[in-house]
Amino acid sequence: MSGEVVLSLRDFRVTFPTLFGDVQAVRGVDLDVRAGEILGVVGESGSGKSVTFLGLMGLLPKSARIEGSATVRGTELVGASSKIMREVRGKRVAMIFQDPLSALNPTHRIGNQIVEMIRAHHKVSTKAAMSRAIELLGQVGIPQPTDRARQYPHEFSGGMRQRVMIAMAIANEPEVLIADEPTTALDVTVQAQILEILQRIQSESQAAVVLITHDLGVVARVADRVQGMYAGRVVERGNVDALYAHPTHPYTQGLLQSLPTVGRDRLQPIPGSPPNMMDPPSGCAFRVRCPHAVERCAEEMPVLRPIGDQEAACWRADELRGVSLR
Amino acid sequence: MDADRNDPSVDTTDASVGLASQSLSPTRMAIRRFVKHRAALVSLIVLGLMVLFVVLAPLTARYGVNEAVFKTSPENPNQFLSPRSIAWLGTDDIGRDLYSRLIYGLRISIFIGLASAIFGTILGVTIGAIAGLRGGWLDDVLMRVTDLFLAFPFLVTLLVLRSVMSSVSWLEPIVGKPTSIRFVIVLFVLFGWMGVARLMRSQVLALKEREFVEAARALGAGPVRIVLRHLLPNSAGPILVALTFSVSSSIIGEATLGFFGYGPQPGAGSTSLGKLVGGAKGALLPGYWWLVVFPCVLLVLVTLFVNFIGDGLRDATDPKLDGAR
Repeated sequence: MSGEVVLSLRDFRVTFPTLFGDVQAVRGVDLDVRAGEILGVVGESGSGKSVTFLGLMGLLPKSARIEGSATVRGTELVGASSKIMREVRGKRVAMIFQDPLSALNPTHRIGNQIVEMIRAHHKVSTKAAMSRAIELLGQVGIPQPTDRARQYPHEFSGGMRQRVMIAMAIANEPEVLIADEPTTALDVTVQAQILEILQRIQSESQAAVVLITHDLGVVARVADRVQGMYAGRVVERGNVDALYAHPTHPYTQGLLQSLPTVGRDRLQPIPGSPPNMMDPPSGCAFRVRCPHAVERCAEEMPVLRPIGDQEAACWRADELRGVSLR
Repeated sequence: MDADRNDPSVDTTDASVGLASQSLSPTRMAIRRFVKHRAALVSLIVLGLMVLFVVLAPLTARYGVNEAVFKTSPENPNQFLSPRSIAWLGTDDIGRDLYSRLIYGLRISIFIGLASAIFGTILGVTIGAIAGLRGGWLDDVLMRVTDLFLAFPFLVTLLVLRSVMSSVSWLEPIVGKPTSIRFVIVLFVLFGWMGVARLMRSQVLALKEREFVEAARALGAGPVRIVLRHLLPNSAGPILVALTFSVSSSIIGEATLGFFGYGPQPGAGSTSLGKLVGGAKGALLPGYWWLVVFPCVLLVLVTLFVNFIGDGLRDATDPKLDGAR
């Protein structure tokens, strides 16, 4: 699991100017994703997990202000020309969206949509692109791909459409694959199949995969590493097994405690609600909801530092590590 | 293929694994719905026959457009003949066959209607797509221009334009002589694109937020590809409907102009529905009813048929109405 770093973010920031002030959606994210690994990104709604990756793809509204650095094998994406971005999107960084029902154009045949994707980046004949498209459909587990390629999106079920989306995303063998809640809109059995495909495709292509989700179960299943995000910052990062066994940051602990588990009769929610990102709390943004907050939390913003073999952004991480979860 | 289904490695939990025998494209589904719309289907057939009839005017008309029914002689006048076997729908003040003139007139009217609708729609779609896609100040400017054109009194502009045309000689190669068919079409295009532009803009604004457009962008599609492959096909329904209604309003517009004598004065004394209706102004009082009734009925029927087709198209292309009928 130590391939070279493919996607790298340094002090990545996204701000949305509004009439009432700037909304700081992402406030300085550092991360590296290596070839051949799956990084799970978890966090509640509004934690900035989707915005981070939409931002680096240049898919946010023009008004969004993006700062810092985001590189794919050395190519800087922040502030890149639209020509470079078009080149990067789809070919080097591909994205799978949450809702496969609306992510396919209803007026074109499935096969043609994949063909179009291939021909956008490669000078190949339509015929060659079509046979590649059919091959891709087969790869993502669509039976009778030749017939299926001639059908329209409305003739596909949700799970099938998500497979098509995956086929489209991997059509140009991207170095980075960003899956933004790929299973949220699907039912549980289909979820499992999609994750399996994602995992298989990933191990075959050795792409760097970022799996954005709020489903901790999904992350535990497929991710190698996981990072928790809160209020636009990374609060904890580490190996999936280690992090699930010993969550260090109070937010991650809270997330894990709020999961239903056999043998515990009551869920423990995290008290309070996510902060207003127009005016986030000083210091650690989580301190207002944190049971362990001390004065220092309000004065200084904690940075990500190694705690054992994981990293956490909490001043009391050393003491809190190993606090037993009931 | 059946082997696939029995293969345990292939997932069979998906309901769609059993393939429908035949794949239905959105276009074919729309055609199916259209065919179920009786009035629209009948209108399409009748109008299609009419178009065929007028295109073949030299064959279908009994006389030339300016040909008198028979030679005038003092004892056998051919003016104002009521409908009879030699002139099925009667003759006009100088003895021309109304039936033949209706065919030639409808030919010009349908041509004007189609041409102005098509060019007006193209202009409107282009302006609307640019406004919706680019947004910002360009959107503001284009939409204010649209408002400006909507606020312009059409007839007044026409009159002014006609009167100044002779002094602005460089305009003539572009818009044609004020008496030409081209002038009328240019005028209708100039004053007929605003509705479509607004429609297209709203379509683009709605569609560009749809996920498949974002997904296309995320996978590397450029703006031209997005407009041609994603925005246009998905707004084809409403645009087509608008185009149809624009045909009928252009035909009525031509009739209005013709009625007031401002219509095209086509060479060779050719005619149009508007001119025929206008020419019948004084005919009702002396009792020459056929000169009034037939052109007016034809005008009403043609616009009605076109509108029925538009209705049918609207129902056929709006998937939300599916099953309501």
